[in-house]
Amino acid sequence: MDPLIVNALIILSIFGITLLIATYSTWAERKVAGFIQDRLGPNRAGWGGLMQPLADAGKMFFKEDFIPAHANKWLFIFGPSLAMLTACMASAVIPFGDSFIIGENIVLVQAIEVNIGILYVFGVVSLGVYGLMIGGWASNNKFSLLGAVRAASQNISYELAMGLSIIAIILMSGSLSLRTIVEGQHGGNWNILYQPLGFIIFLTCAFAECNRTPFDLPECETELIGGYHTEYSSMKLGFYLFAEYINMFASSAVTACLFFGGFNYPGMDAVQNELIKSLGESTGHNIATGIGIAVMFAKILFGIFFFMWVRWTLPRFRYDQLMNLGWKGLIPAAILNVILTGAGILLEMRWLSWVAVLIVIGIAVLQASISQKKELRAQRA
Amino acid sequence: MIQNVFWFLTFLAIISACMVVFSRNPIHSVLYLIITFFALSGHYLLLNAQFLAVVNIIVYAGAIMVLFLFVIMFLNLRRETEVQKPIAVKFAAVISGLILLAVLLGALLKADIQPGSEVDSQIGLVENLGKVLFSDFLLPFELASVLFLVAMVGAIMLGKRDPGEPTI
Amino acid sequence: MKLTNRAKQIDNSPMTVAERLYIPAIATGLGITIKHFFKKKATINYPEEQRPFSSIFRGLHVLKRDEQGRERCTACGLCAVACPAEAISMTAAERKPGEEKLYREEKYAAVYEINMLRCIFCGLCEEACPKAAIFLQPDKIAPAFVDREQVIFGKDRLVEKMDDRATTGIQKYTGVKS
Repeated sequence: MDPLIVNALIILSIFGITLLIATYSTWAERKVAGFIQDRLGPNRAGWGGLMQPLADAGKMFFKEDFIPAHANKWLFIFGPSLAMLTACMASAVIPFGDSFIIGENIVLVQAIEVNIGILYVFGVVSLGVYGLMIGGWASNNKFSLLGAVRAASQNISYELAMGLSIIAIILMSGSLSLRTIVEGQHGGNWNILYQPLGFIIFLTCAFAECNRTPFDLPECETELIGGYHTEYSSMKLGFYLFAEYINMFASSAVTACLFFGGFNYPGMDAVQNELIKSLGESTGHNIATGIGIAVMFAKILFGIFFFMWVRWTLPRFRYDQLMNLGWKGLIPAAILNVILTGAGILLEMRWLSWVAVLIVIGIAVLQASISQKKELRAQRA
Repeated sequence: MIQNVFWFLTFLAIISACMVVFSRNPIHSVLYLIITFFALSGHYLLLNAQFLAVVNIIVYAGAIMVLFLFVIMFLNLRRETEVQKPIAVKFAAVISGLILLAVLLGALLKADIQPGSEVDSQIGLVENLGKVLFSDFLLPFELASVLFLVAMVGAIMLGKRDPGEPTI
Repeated sequence: MKLTNRAKQIDNSPMTVAERLYIPAIATGLGITIKHFFKKKATINYPEEQRPFSSIFRGLHVLKRDEQGRERCTACGLCAVACPAEAISMTAAERKPGEEKLYREEKYAAVYEINMLRCIFCGLCEEACPKAAIFLQPDKIAPAFVDREQVIFGKDRLVEKMDDRATTGIQKYTGVKS
């Protein structure tokens, strides 16, 4: 087979799988919500409710496609399209697997390999907010505008901390390419083992960038009716909601690549050697790659599940809490993490950021024990 | 092919830059400016400067223009509320624009780039850029970072409330 | 006045470091939700699965027949008097010769109607009935209706069918067939 065709197939299948997973995320979200709330969740459409996304999409398409009278028509249409576009673009540079050997050629399981992969993801994410802003502004509705403005300020605030936490990863792997970052974690050297602080910061920021609970203030129903998508209906609304799920998929994939070793899994060398020994050079390698892809998707799906799990656990932040957490909590912590990581590389102690975590835990435990003593003393008195 | 892409990006950049100036709605101006930035990023990509292209998008399109949009949305500018500027201001704007044009033209005419001159095509990649920045241009680079620090401190000074000033 | 023991004193003291980290609290919350994720669900697939009724459940009314298939109701009107919602109305008629197989008493209800929108399923009619004719079934709920024309249940829908005899609450509760 022509490697170009294989590459095209890989791009198409990545796109298709992204959309498929996002589609079924809507079903999974409702199912997970149900299970966590001791309910059964949707189970009427198809076996276990598996046709539910189709039913939802059908409903969305048949709703009235309404454009408010004083809305800016073109921008109103442009908003959800842009949200969808930027959401779909992010997964282009993510390495889903190692490579396939087809005849003489080696084809990477990745849409495009660029040496600035993580910056590309970051750039696309930073553009994602335009969809919400333009849509919210074009609706000509004060609540939509407030939602749009919230989305903008929230995304910009959390982008900083996210960038700083990514810098620590880049320091450790010495490359901006996602594939190199993933390959650097080969052999169980997952970044989460060296970057606990960075992981927590990155995860928090990923939640904020996806506008997921507890950071879903732009679409906060209680305060802003529906936020930026108050005026939207039909498939335009569907695009906004769908873009959120695609973003979830993309950020789970990026998290898996940056912190959980991407397509690496413990003992993969042994598996690959065995397969090559028994099935021959190319077939064995291809099957090993397939296992790697499966592992990668398992990590991604767990990430998506974690997004949902958190959504149905935590309540929404208040706006000042959100800003305080971002600017006064995460950014200083991320800067500290960068400094510690840099020092760790200089001193060849890669685990140095654990020191910060241990110190914080120590302080917390110490304070807890002191306050307990105070309480005891007060009880005795 | 590359030539066509170049022409397309160039026309896109120029037309949207003109639209920034000519459109009545400030929101539209900002959106056209974003398109201009994208066209410029495309040019960077053509020059094999991927890092610069992406950073241009992240910083300008992704952060600064979002803040512009943010402020303009809050100002709620409409055609009715547009103030007529005095003639003197318009005159000053034209003069300063012409001066800028003169400087740019002068720089362009002064520069002599031979069509076949040797340029390292790999210079725009992030590794090479980093090496150059941290060896040949270390002092300007550090000065720029100090400048940013000063700007940040200044912003905090401006944004900070005096003690006793009511919150909100 | 203290109503319950669940009232909590609000604590406004500043948060400790552990509390300000949020992470222990978040982890606890995640633990609670994941426990519920695997718990037995409180809801059921309704039309396919149904919950067992209580043995003293008061459902749809039935006008009983006796062992020979004769209607027990004698149209005395005590149920209508007892009904707090005034849901029951009836018209009495005299039994003609030759109808002894149909009606047990000499007087019977020619029309017997219950307005299901008014009925509150209190069971007072059941208690008032001297002939043990009306019962609220413990295993049938009143069917849903979509039209006001359907809410008045006449004898056609109330009188027990001989091939499908209804159980009364007392039978179900005591286990004795009458």
